[in-house]
Amino acid sequence: MSDVGVTVKFFASLREVVGVPEMQISASSLCQLKTHLKTQLPAPVLSELLAPNVRVAVNQALIEDDDLVLADGDEVAFLPPVTGG
Amino acid sequence: MTAQADSGDSRVVIQTADFSQDAVYQAMRKKLGAAVGAVVTFVGLVRERNAQAGSGEVVDTLTLEHYPGMTEASIARILEQAEARWPVLDCHVIHRVGTMRPAEQIVLVAVASAHRDAAFAAAEFVMDYLKTDAVFWKREVADGSAHWVESTDQDRQRADTWQQK
Repeated sequence: MSDVGVTVKFFASLREVVGVPEMQISASSLCQLKTHLKTQLPAPVLSELLAPNVRVAVNQALIEDDDLVLADGDEVAFLPPVTGG
Repeated sequence: MTAQADSGDSRVVIQTADFSQDAVYQAMRKKLGAAVGAVVTFVGLVRERNAQAGSGEVVDTLTLEHYPGMTEASIARILEQAEARWPVLDCHVIHRVGTMRPAEQIVLVAVASAHRDAAFAAAEFVMDYLKTDAVFWKREVADGSAHWVESTDQDRQRADTWQQK
């Protein structure tokens, strides 16, 4: 395990699916974070969380690159498709 | 680090409380003086029937969720795009979150310009992109059952038409 602690947030339907609004995870990249989630969450939850239409934001900016390096204290958010105002 | 609810753009307000269209309008008039020739304000309300097939289901409540900080920034970007496209003198968005019932106000868009064509167009542009790009999620209780509202192709297509204009 790395020493990089990040806050992972789940919004809207994903919060309900995961069952908590956020969790603390140690991971030094997005890829590592997803691997970590795979060991923690049941398959049906993962299939929703890692669905193609779910976007990931790091420190509130949308990120496509799974290799992105995370820093201690970063905030990673899983966002279901927005339904607008 | 913690997410801050302040996007740094005072023209975007997210709140649970209701709002006064007239207060925003009068504040814009006072600020802009005689430079302004047109103010368009739009208010979106909770409809009593949803978009389900047929005549729709009866909506009991609509709950909006947002991501403090990111939501404000997503709306600020829409305002910046409108300003880049039309000669906008001032613009404001107030968006409510939390649980609302039919006939309640959800969103206010107010745009001021020297002339009405720019004010009308910019207000419509902002509202169209609020429907597709603003970071909100809607949960609806209709006909007694709760569900998350899905984004519609109709809204996306409407926003996309601005790329062709």
